[in-house]
Amino acid sequence: MTILATRLDPSSESYQANRLDMLAKLEALDAEHGKALDGGGPKYVERHRKRGKLLARERIELLIDPDSAFLELSPLAAWGTEYPVGAALVSGIGVVEGVECVITASDPTVRGGASNPWTLRKALRANEIARVNRLPLVNLVESAGADLPSQKEVFIPGGAVFRDLTRLSAAGIPTVAVVFGNSTAGGAYIPGMSDHVVMVKERSKVFLGGPPLVKMATGEESDDESLGGAEMHARVSGLADYFAVDELDAIRAARRIVSRLNWTKSGPGPLASGSAPAPEHDEDELLGIVPGDLKAPFDPREVIARTVDGSDFDEFKPLYGPSLATGWATVHGYPVGILANARGVLFSEESQKSAQFIQLANQRDIPLLFLHNTTGYMVGREYEQGGMIKHGSAMINAVSNSRVPHISVLIGASYGAGHYGMCGRAFEPRFLFAWPSAKCAVMGPQQLAGVLSIVSRQSAAASGRPFDEEGDAAMRALVEQQIESESLPAFLSGRLYDDGVIDPRDTRTVLGLCLSAAHNAPIEGARGYGVFRM
Amino acid sequence: MITSLLVANRGEIARRIFRTCRELGIATVAVYSDADAHAPHVREADLAVRLPGKASSETYLRGDLIVRAALDAGADAVHPGYGFLSENAGFAQAVLDAGLAWIGPPPAVIADMGSKTRAKKLMAAAGVPILSAVAPESATSADLPLLIKAASGGGGRGMRIVRDLGAVPEALAGARAEAAASFGSDEVFCEPYVERGRHVELQILADTHGTVWTLGERDCSLQRRHQKVIEEAPAPGLTDETRRALADAASSGAKAIGYVGAGTAEFLLAPDGRFYFLEMNTRLQVEHAVTEFVTGLDLVAWQLRIAEGRALPPEPPTPRGHAIEARLYAEDPARDWRPCTGTVRRFEIPSAPGIRVDSGVEAGTVVGVEYDPMLAKVIAWAETRDEAARLLAHSLAAARIHGLTTNRDLLARALTHPAFLAGEVHTAFLADHAVDLFAASTVSPLAPLAAALAEAASYTGPQPVAVPAGWRNLAAQPQVKRYLDGDGTEHEVRYRLTRDGLRADGLADVHLISSAPDSVVLDERGIRRTFRVATYDDASIHIDAPGMSVALSPVSRFPDTSAKPGPGSLLAPMPGTVARVAAAEGGVVSAGQPLLWLEAMKMEHLVAAPTDGVLAKVHVTAGQQVSVGAILAVVEPKEGPQS
Repeated sequence: MTILATRLDPSSESYQANRLDMLAKLEALDAEHGKALDGGGPKYVERHRKRGKLLARERIELLIDPDSAFLELSPLAAWGTEYPVGAALVSGIGVVEGVECVITASDPTVRGGASNPWTLRKALRANEIARVNRLPLVNLVESAGADLPSQKEVFIPGGAVFRDLTRLSAAGIPTVAVVFGNSTAGGAYIPGMSDHVVMVKERSKVFLGGPPLVKMATGEESDDESLGGAEMHARVSGLADYFAVDELDAIRAARRIVSRLNWTKSGPGPLASGSAPAPEHDEDELLGIVPGDLKAPFDPREVIARTVDGSDFDEFKPLYGPSLATGWATVHGYPVGILANARGVLFSEESQKSAQFIQLANQRDIPLLFLHNTTGYMVGREYEQGGMIKHGSAMINAVSNSRVPHISVLIGASYGAGHYGMCGRAFEPRFLFAWPSAKCAVMGPQQLAGVLSIVSRQSAAASGRPFDEEGDAAMRALVEQQIESESLPAFLSGRLYDDGVIDPRDTRTVLGLCLSAAHNAPIEGARGYGVFRM
Repeated sequence: MITSLLVANRGEIARRIFRTCRELGIATVAVYSDADAHAPHVREADLAVRLPGKASSETYLRGDLIVRAALDAGADAVHPGYGFLSENAGFAQAVLDAGLAWIGPPPAVIADMGSKTRAKKLMAAAGVPILSAVAPESATSADLPLLIKAASGGGGRGMRIVRDLGAVPEALAGARAEAAASFGSDEVFCEPYVERGRHVELQILADTHGTVWTLGERDCSLQRRHQKVIEEAPAPGLTDETRRALADAASSGAKAIGYVGAGTAEFLLAPDGRFYFLEMNTRLQVEHAVTEFVTGLDLVAWQLRIAEGRALPPEPPTPRGHAIEARLYAEDPARDWRPCTGTVRRFEIPSAPGIRVDSGVEAGTVVGVEYDPMLAKVIAWAETRDEAARLLAHSLAAARIHGLTTNRDLLARALTHPAFLAGEVHTAFLADHAVDLFAASTVSPLAPLAAALAEAASYTGPQPVAVPAGWRNLAAQPQVKRYLDGDGTEHEVRYRLTRDGLRADGLADVHLISSAPDSVVLDERGIRRTFRVATYDDASIHIDAPGMSVALSPVSRFPDTSAKPGPGSLLAPMPGTVARVAAAEGGVVSAGQPLLWLEAMKMEHLVAAPTDGVLAKVHVTAGQQVSVGAILAVVEPKEGPQS
């Protein structure tokens, strides 16, 4: 046991200020989450209920096991866009009959559950999570199809939804579709491509073309039920495997299907059976660690001490490359290797140390956890000459080719290539979450504005033009403001650059749920060479 | 000297007799029917002999098999307990003829007292006051109300109260049929019925040397269906004069018939203070424990000593304090005392100084239809009657009895009722105070909440154990659980377990202090209570807390889509045997018309047509065993079947 000590002083002014700042950000986050929970608003919710239908989240609650945890993913999808927050789709990881599943549910109260570009990205992200973690996928479908005004962004890439379903099936990952309402035209291929299909009496509507289109195409007179009703598909076409008398019966059928999947997790279980020891230090204090102004450094070990089992952390190479803390711990009994930025900047030593550490984790089949608070790789003559690019590349190489599950949490800054080296979104961590305190961009807003200013000043000097100081100041303020707003978690979450913004106090729980989900797939690190001592 | 005793009985009385045997160093032999193969009394005996079959007539009433068992097992004495063969002179004689000691009075005395009519004659001759019999044929309205009783009966079977002369023939026929079925003799007699009378009895202990003790009286007035429910010693509110007169009557009666051993003279005490001899029970009574508590005697030990020829000391001990016994039955007082069957899941009555529990069951015991539904007797002793009643009521309320419906709540309510505490006891007590005693207890919303939280605490799944139950990063919907209570009322619990604690809809003042699968601690407006929760394989959940004992069954989130019985189906209300079928398939029946009778727990239950119509189908025949919920018959309503 190597129990981390804490230097955090909850009575200190800085702690209190940090905490108040974080609480304010959480309150704002709650309000944004509230928008997603409200779906299409009271009017459409009421209309939906009057039709005797359950809301998307009610369907999910009934589908999952009582008292099990549900980790909702991408709740802020479409934030900051012209589309409603949540993107007319609920997705997450829940437990059905003891099996962890990726669950999606269209929200028909939001424009009929039609797919806009963000709905599509959210659905594809859910499919990806199912694929890489080998989680059965249950789709609760009721969608008007593509959002026609944005068809140019939905139609062509949207084919991936159906491709994913059958590829999941081919990979032995079960797919279940429960059709509660419309699933027509392209949407018909959701049940079409799924392993198991449940339809609801007098509710499901699954056809390529509805009565008007059929009339136009062939002159045939028809109706919804004969073209695509549940009874027809159950008795005649065979598209439906289960004919449910109502929504509850359909959810019951879906649970029975999952219970018969004969599903076992391929990865190892947690190291110790039973409950893993909680951190020695109070998780509530995670609110007071990160300063509102990210310029002030903080020790990520204070976060680790409130996240890992028993605050027990064995640091790897603590004296070498001290700007990045690396070490071993367990979270809810699952072994993890942790990389956490300690002083923002990544130098050659930190890069080499992390490359070595990542190789070790791969040899040992240990998942990696990245706690981001980096301003990027060091710049300057000395560092360029010292091989900063080579060493940074080694780190990015290691991260890219590592095959153990990665989970990234942006707790502070995540700027520049540091975001890449710390397994940013493009490096396909199994999960990526942000704290409300996080910021992510190519560089800090002031730096970016300053760089632009220097470049335009040089350009003016080169062409002999007088430099417009006033215009430059205005430009800098504008750019700073724009970059600042585009670095914030809600904005990035809206664009699906993370899987959600979480309350810091939930970090341990979220990590536990993600590690558990990831262990549905085998945990096998990259092999080939021995570990390079770097 | 008795060295090995066979107890020709089962349940709590067998165990109670074994206990004394162990204390005296006497080996024990049990007998058991197939239904009792795993009963506690069998396990506790040194030796046990099987009596093949389930019905009492094949087993505990087979004197020949029991005598054989005693000889085979090397017993040298037989104790009959109460009920079964305890007052069967023929059996007593057979035991003696086999060279075994008989724990009870001489067979001739049993025979004399066995017929109530003959017993009354003998007692009248000894100067004991009796109620004179009324000839039912010549009864006039002046004789009303009348009580019809089985001559060789007991325990309320074959008994009818008649308040209308026109009802006499039917009541006589019914009493005769029941008497014949229960006691093998259809002899009944009729006497004036004393309204609001009290049932007071004297415990007698007589040795073979001519010493007769009376050990004080017991009041056994609190009865249902003519069966005792609460008994106490001494009887409250008697004058010394009445007390003495009762003792004298019992004593002279016992002497007159040459009584030996433990016995009980039962009297009817009228509100005016007069009393009449009812019958003499030539055996140990169920309620003997209250006398043991106040006298400090072990009556079973004395029964054995008397059988061995020991003499009683000249004077009995002086009774001290007050003892009350409550009979815990597996029955539903709210449903006409319907006997309940099932498996006892838990049976815990907190022990306390002054509390004695004589139980025939333990966790795992199956209570079937074969025998009396009495589970246990709980007896409390204290210096005063009020204290004894308080102690007993508290013990009953704090008991954890799971798996069966019992009369526990009724007992606790009766014991705390002001009229009971005022000593106003009589045979109509339970009926008179029905409003207070049978009031449906409303289930506190905390009970289903505790059940839900215990369930949450026991949740295990593929996710890490320490992740909080029902955790959500976006709190959209609460956890919703529904439970049915014993009355069929549904309780819905909606709750969230958040970082800030419990949020239960409609229970804003309730805070969760701690939860575990078997215990939930809740704080409601500053009052902290522990709810002990037990969940069993049949999914039933029992919640016990101070002042609360609730059984719930979870309601599935999804409707049951399995087949349901068609309309007009008559279902067996309890497990039992079809006694007879009175209507033929295809016949026209009218609402209320008896279709068949179900025999269970020694009672016949009528199944009648629910509506006018045609008896479309009879699924059972006489003698067939049915389980609860079995379809007995289908009546199609007149208009034809409903679709």
